Amino acid sequence: MGQSAAIGNQPRISQDRTDGSATLQAGGAWVATNSPPLFESLKALSFHKDEPILVDLNRIDRLDTAGAWLLYRTVRDLRAAGHDVEYRGGTEEQMSLIEQATAHDALCLIEPPEPNVAIRMLEDIGASVMRVGGQATASLAFVGLLMETLWRYTSKPQRFRLTATVKQMELIGLNAMPIVGLISFLIGIVIAHQGAYQLRLFGAEIFTVNLVVTAVLREFGILLSAIIIAGRSGSAFTAEIGSMKMNEEIDAMDTLAISPMDTLVVPRFIALVVMMPLLTFYADVVGLLGGGLISWLSLGIEPMQFLERTHDVILGWDLGVGLIKAPIFGALIALIGCYEGLATEGSAESVGHHTTKSVVESIFMIIVLDAFFSIFFTTIGV
Amino acid sequence: MVAEDLERLHRQSPEEARQSTLKDVAIAIRGLEVGFGGSPIIQDLDLDIYRGEVIGIVGGSGTGKSVLMRTVIGLNKAQAGSVWAFGEDFLTLSYFEQRRIEKRWGVLFQQGALFSALTVAQNVQVPMREHIRGMPQELMDEIASMKLSMVGLPPDAAPKLPSELSGGMKKRAGIARAIALDPEILFLDEPTAGLDPIGAAAFDDLIAHLRKTLGLTVVMITHDLDSLVTVCDRIAVLADKRVKLVGTIDDMLESDHPWIREYFHGPRSRAAGVGKR
Ligand SMILES: Nc1ncnc2c1ncn2[C@@H]1O[C@H](COP(=O)(O)OP(=O)(O)OP(=O)(O)O)[C@@H](O)[C@H]1O
Ligand SMILES: [Mg+2]
Repeated sequence: MGQSAAIGNQPRISQDRTDGSATLQAGGAWVATNSPPLFESLKALSFHKDEPILVDLNRIDRLDTAGAWLLYRTVRDLRAAGHDVEYRGGTEEQMSLIEQATAHDALCLIEPPEPNVAIRMLEDIGASVMRVGGQATASLAFVGLLMETLWRYTSKPQRFRLTATVKQMELIGLNAMPIVGLISFLIGIVIAHQGAYQLRLFGAEIFTVNLVVTAVLREFGILLSAIIIAGRSGSAFTAEIGSMKMNEEIDAMDTLAISPMDTLVVPRFIALVVMMPLLTFYADVVGLLGGGLISWLSLGIEPMQFLERTHDVILGWDLGVGLIKAPIFGALIALIGCYEGLATEGSAESVGHHTTKSVVESIFMIIVLDAFFSIFFTTIGV
Repeated sequence: MVAEDLERLHRQSPEEARQSTLKDVAIAIRGLEVGFGGSPIIQDLDLDIYRGEVIGIVGGSGTGKSVLMRTVIGLNKAQAGSVWAFGEDFLTLSYFEQRRIEKRWGVLFQQGALFSALTVAQNVQVPMREHIRGMPQELMDEIASMKLSMVGLPPDAAPKLPSELSGGMKKRAGIARAIALDPEILFLDEPTAGLDPIGAAAFDDLIAHLRKTLGLTVVMITHDLDSLVTVCDRIAVLADKRVKLVGTIDDMLESDHPWIREYFHGPRSRAAGVGKR
């Protein structure tokens, strides 16, 4: 009685039984691409207890390491089950491949072992607590190091990298102008439009100007610029520094006695602290333009009238309140971006992770601080 | 004698070159020119790589060995010339036809190029997972373990991430991934650089063994004179933007090209026992 499994028309494995002993007949192409069906049909084979088995390789046309492995593991398992197994009819190359498989039979772990769920949860909680603690100290240390580096420039100004800083100013500030301008302009339009619609109910359209001026100058100009810059430059800082870290470039700098603080962090920090107020001022102006345009088109407030009204309103602290926040937010974005970049380790995944973290943390901190400032300025009455 | 050989390749018609890759030639490179805007790095390069041979490519740093390899496997663009493989001009094929041929060769990059987010063993499984539909996980685990052991990595390296490995271990892992599917042609860019001498010798043995058992064709860029002597059947010297000389180690020793003389008769070659013959 014979049981045969032809797979496709390529690799074959069949089983013959003559008095007391069984023959395993392998044929065709025993190669990696055919391994799934072969694996299944080898599993389906069954033998009488303790009968001797002959594995006939005579009809194998092609054999590669995957095929040899399949043959070897079958024979190994059969031998372990108490059968007497012999190979027959293999060429020298084929037998040498099977020898290779025999010699390299050492199943290893594919991934690090995972501890059980409860332990892992406890471990995760512990690790998070440790991490938060560690991060708090590490980021404080980072700020300290930056301050120290800046302080040293007072005695050794030649260490300051002017070229790199100017280059960063261009990347951060100048190149961001189109997008910051467009968004501020649109937001100016939206505020004026919505404001006019509501205020018209009271017949107080003219106060649209107050609304636009206050909203844009105090909040929207700075908030939008900061969020755009966090997404645009903060992420770039982290990704750039992170890739350099991954490539051992930061380590190379250290060994060359070049401080990454001098070459990477300070230029970005200074550039952002300087550019943020400028960008904010620009965003303010463009936002007012947008508001003015809508006031003119839908409320009929002439540009001159809008300007005069703006002039009256602006005498207060509106512009100052917005601009005071700018360098602080800039410093925050630069600190978080560079810190996360330097915290990257090893893999591309880590760069992605820290970049996300950098942007999310920056935006979160910006909004929290902004709320804080808002309350503060109202309390002191400006 | 050998220089004439290259002259013959140069005069072959495309059809002759194509035909040759259906017989004993694995890859036929004809009139290849590669550049990056400025003057070309490689110009008018002709080379035949025979089936089942181990060919070593040598040349000074920056002569374009890596560029040549990257062009042949389709990663750099060629300005002119053709690369015949399995009866087709690889460089003119469409993206998907190129993928089909690429399954038939394995590549080890100079920097290893392991996927950093996967463990070493998972790296070796990538080609199996991508190209063999329905391969059981159990079998993939076993075969990955076998390949890792074949390239001489200890079992405890398997579940590690590439960033946790030493440079030499990364090389081995890269080779394990390159031979995961038993390719017909194996391209190796400086495989023994960064290995200790014993490891490098074991690696040479591995190459010789794989070649013998799998009928593998190996194209190996190397600066390692020991590898050139022990495993390479032929050596191709890259100089003056083209293959200047191709032949056995004895042909190299007879050459009077200044760079080749310096290379094969220098102090290091004597240490490797080359110059003595
Ligand atoms: N993407 C690229 N753009 C521009 N030039 C390149 C590029 N890749 C390589 N080159 C140039 O091509 C030349 C050859 O480089 P290649 O990496 O092939 O050298 P090599 O022979 O492999 O040297 P080594 O032995 O040091 O690895 C070099 O001059 C290099 O600057
Ligand atoms: Mg190279």
